[in-house]
Amino acid sequence: MSEELMQVQTEIGEEDGLSTILEIRSLHFHYGENPALKDINMKIYRNRITALIGPSGCGKSTFLRCLNRMNDLIPNTRVEGEVLLHGRNIYDRDIDPVRLRRNVGMVFQQPNPFPKSIYENVAYGPKMYGVRSRTALREVAEKSLQQAALWDEVAGRLQISALSLSGGQQQRLCIARTIAVEPEIILMDEPASALDPIATMKIEELMRHLAEAYTIIIVTHNMQQASRVSDYTAFFMVDENRSGYLVEYGKTQDIFIQPQNKQTEDYISGRFG
Amino acid sequence: MIGYTRRNVRTEMTRKAVLEAAGDNILLEKTKGHIFTGLCVAATLFGIVSLAALLVYVFRDAVGWLDWQFVTSTPSRFAEKAGVYPMIVGSTFVVALVAVFSLPLGVGAAVWLEEYARDNWMKRIIEMNIANLAGVPSIVYGLLGLGFFVSTLGLPHGIVLVGAFTLTLRVLPIVIVSSQEAIRAVPVSHRHASLGLGTTQWQMIRTVVLPESIPGIMTGTILALANAMGETAPLIMIGAATSIFTAPRGIFSSFSALPLQIYAWSDFPKQEFQHGVTPAAIIVLLIILLSMNGMAIYIRHRFRTKKS
Repeated sequence: MSEELMQVQTEIGEEDGLSTILEIRSLHFHYGENPALKDINMKIYRNRITALIGPSGCGKSTFLRCLNRMNDLIPNTRVEGEVLLHGRNIYDRDIDPVRLRRNVGMVFQQPNPFPKSIYENVAYGPKMYGVRSRTALREVAEKSLQQAALWDEVAGRLQISALSLSGGQQQRLCIARTIAVEPEIILMDEPASALDPIATMKIEELMRHLAEAYTIIIVTHNMQQASRVSDYTAFFMVDENRSGYLVEYGKTQDIFIQPQNKQTEDYISGRFG
Repeated sequence: MIGYTRRNVRTEMTRKAVLEAAGDNILLEKTKGHIFTGLCVAATLFGIVSLAALLVYVFRDAVGWLDWQFVTSTPSRFAEKAGVYPMIVGSTFVVALVAVFSLPLGVGAAVWLEEYARDNWMKRIIEMNIANLAGVPSIVYGLLGLGFFVSTLGLPHGIVLVGAFTLTLRVLPIVIVSSQEAIRAVPVSHRHASLGLGTTQWQMIRTVVLPESIPGIMTGTILALANAMGETAPLIMIGAATSIFTAPRGIFSSFSALPLQIYAWSDFPKQEFQHGVTPAAIIVLLIILLSMNGMAIYIRHRFRTKKS
């Protein structure tokens, strides 16, 4: 991609007067000796849903985990470049990844509620942050469950095990657990890939709702999903060295209706991937 | 193209011929399967039958001797008056102390190895050594206990504390290994869920790893403690009495344990001791061990039903 085009694409949201919340500058990522991501540059806009799409192995999930330093948990990995959150590089020495993750929450591919009650799951974060008051915790739990569109289904039985919920309910519970700690950004790693179409639809509706208050970045291998829910779409590809790179980034409608890049066009029209 | 097809046909024919020449082997293979199943059943029965025979033999001898008087009296020269009360107290006391010592040490070591230690050669060497220590004969631990706690630290011979320390060393490797397994069984996704919410490593361990692994840790520990309950050799080494007339009053009291008393009585020349009192003491020990195993099963089962 030419320098010029990149410039155009990274500035793409600014004409709409959107504020940038995250700015990724020449991000490289290595698993041991193997480069997994190379030279990623993009801006994430506040209160928008950004979808990361691309064939498997293109590094989109790895990229997502770079944004709240979950990759730190994998031994023998290395990050280069910058991820600026409100202009501060989250990989700076004085940034505590624990504090960062309180601001950049994450929802995983497989619903992963704790084997505790529904209430304990939602109240977990606030409790860990030191909230003691039972009334406050209960309020937070109720509000989060409402916001995650789960309240109507579980009201009155918050004490039952979270594992007795259906997969879709469990995933919404995980979303409730994440928003209970009020992050600014929510990262979602294929949050609906383990769910049936109806549960998927509910999650997508919920995401549109949440975008009013949060910035959402979602990895999906489902292009319809990306086109339905997201405002911006980034298309990743994998090169012959099996490292991922950003091919094209722009408004979702532009990417899907008039992609600038031949590879993007081939991918979204289903010619490969 | 034609050549390719013809070659294909020829291999097809040979393959068929080869298969036909082998004949029908289904019946033969099924018979082999039946024979193997039979051998497996026999192997299982061998274990169960010999254990049952042993139990029946011991039980038959113990009948008439095992009564309330037996579990509440002290040992005696006279078979009718003999009892195991001081040994029940001694064994329970020592094993309870072993539990108190080995749980924090074992779980602590397991948490460090699984959650904090980097996966490098040092960790691997430590783990290998722990696994080896689990296989060291218990009498060696007796020697270690004698050499370290008695000779070096100057603690008295045969007291509860030294017995408990020595048996703690004996069971510690088993407690560590089983705790490691329990900790490893906690899904990575649960750890990530917690860390992803911005918890520290220790918060995650305290609220996710430990609660989820406690049932497994308890099961392994109880089985290890049951092992300790049956230990004889190390207790002889540290100078525990084979027979004693008063139950230990504190950690510095002399004590004896059930297996030691069983060992002593089995050597008595009188028939009533060999075929009455000794089997009765064995039954008491077995009852204690079986209830400990039962407790382990109960904990595991309760956890499983609670989880689903």
